[in-house]
Amino acid sequence: MSGEVVRTEQLGCCYREGCVLEDISFTVNAGDYVGIVGPNGSGKSTLVQALLGLVAISSGSARLFGSRCDGFNQWGRVGYLPQSLHLLNPIFPATVAETVGLGLLSLKRFPRRITRQDREKVDATLDTLGIYDIRAKLIGELSGGQQQRVLLARAMVNDPELLILDEPTAALDPETRERFYRMIAEINRSRGVTVLLVTHDTGVIGQHATRMLYLDKRMLFFGSFDDFCHSPEMSALFGEHSQHLMCHRH
Amino acid sequence: MDILEILSYGFIQRALLAGVLIAVLCSVLGVFLVLRRLSLIGDGLAHVTFGSTAIALAFKIYSAASLLVSLPVVLLASLGILRLTEKARLSGDAAIGIVSAVGIAAGIILASVGGGYNVDLLSYLFGNILSITREEVLIAAGLFCVVMLLLGLFFNDLLAITFNEELARVSGVQTRLISSVLVMLTALSVVLAMKLVGIMLISSLLILPAVSALQLARSFKACIGLAALQGCCSVVAGIFVSFITNLPTSAMIVLINLLFFGCACSLRRLLTPGNSN
Repeated sequence: MSGEVVRTEQLGCCYREGCVLEDISFTVNAGDYVGIVGPNGSGKSTLVQALLGLVAISSGSARLFGSRCDGFNQWGRVGYLPQSLHLLNPIFPATVAETVGLGLLSLKRFPRRITRQDREKVDATLDTLGIYDIRAKLIGELSGGQQQRVLLARAMVNDPELLILDEPTAALDPETRERFYRMIAEINRSRGVTVLLVTHDTGVIGQHATRMLYLDKRMLFFGSFDDFCHSPEMSALFGEHSQHLMCHRH
Repeated sequence: MDILEILSYGFIQRALLAGVLIAVLCSVLGVFLVLRRLSLIGDGLAHVTFGSTAIALAFKIYSAASLLVSLPVVLLASLGILRLTEKARLSGDAAIGIVSAVGIAAGIILASVGGGYNVDLLSYLFGNILSITREEVLIAAGLFCVVMLLLGLFFNDLLAITFNEELARVSGVQTRLISSVLVMLTALSVVLAMKLVGIMLISSLLILPAVSALQLARSFKACIGLAALQGCCSVVAGIFVSFITNLPTSAMIVLINLLFFGCACSLRRLLTPGNSN
């Protein structure tokens, strides 16, 4: 797998209240694992939502697999895991298997039916992520960590080339969080899946991601974690002590 | 009077047939509406149905033919609610409230201009399934087939947008189209249900079977099945009980649905570990 997966050029997202993103230009190649970090309100989620065509772009351009994001329709190539806290309606009566099966709709045309082969695919994905035994449980009855794995399975079931994860670990305890990051790194390495992961855990994601993108409405850094740790601009931004702590957590 | 004797009446046979068809439609759609927090759309569209029925009656159009006036008006109103939420930055309940108030206002004005409230209009307000005609049964059967066919074709898309609209879009589901399909199917069912439980009580037929099923279902498909089963049972029991007790059928259907809901809540408490007391 090779080539450009994501390319933005002077991307901007501005609304009546002001600009959330300005002048964002970067390229992500196949197989990259990019950690998107930055403070609250820095535009991290808006950036991934703009890439997915979920929010309007007001200037510049964004492309996924060479197609403009606002008209993108190759959804079978993309897996998406949104911020989970507001996602799940606790009374929603879908089982884990039904929920994960919805991820296969991106590969189907009207009328989108879930076949026996699809159900086998769902079972195989649940097995890979170690949650096959809860396939018949209702999603609302699961713990935060289990729900996150189910939503990851939903994002993975269509064998995507690009996985976009928006603060996937926000509701998880530190131990589960670390396991989750290791799982994503394994998926990136073993399957060559390109990963964009939005997070606050700058130090932790740096141990796994091949590249870091630091946002604060504008792109302040894009490069390797090593370069991030030695960047004078980042040192000026965080202070040397904070940068040292972030870069030497492990 | 035994059950076989009751069943021998033509009006009971028509009421049971039409009632079961309409109950299945409303119950199944109700599951999607309740989970999408659009439970009261049935109420809003019912009020529009009241306005459209007043239009039909003003032009001396009665019985089955009045459905032909109501259907396009209520379909347009259902799309109007969706567009209001999208374009006017209104929440769903506010949009439903606006359309509902306009529908009832139009009905009141037309009824007033047409010489005041009469028996026909009141029968639409509170329903009278025992007076359902053969033509109305045929229309109900035809629309039942259309709605169930569309539900079958769009089932997974509807499930996807009900689970999460953002995720559905990223799965390639045309969320605007599917939302429109859902509210239009609801509009068709509301117009049909008008004769069954009446405009004032339609939302109970959409909401109560769905919320009862949500107490017990262990999968989405089971939830749909349980809701449909409750809808059918409540209509059949409601018709028999009202015939025997000589009480209004529509109110009896609602009360039996409420009884089922109470039973479902109790059963859930019994089945949930730690809540057995």
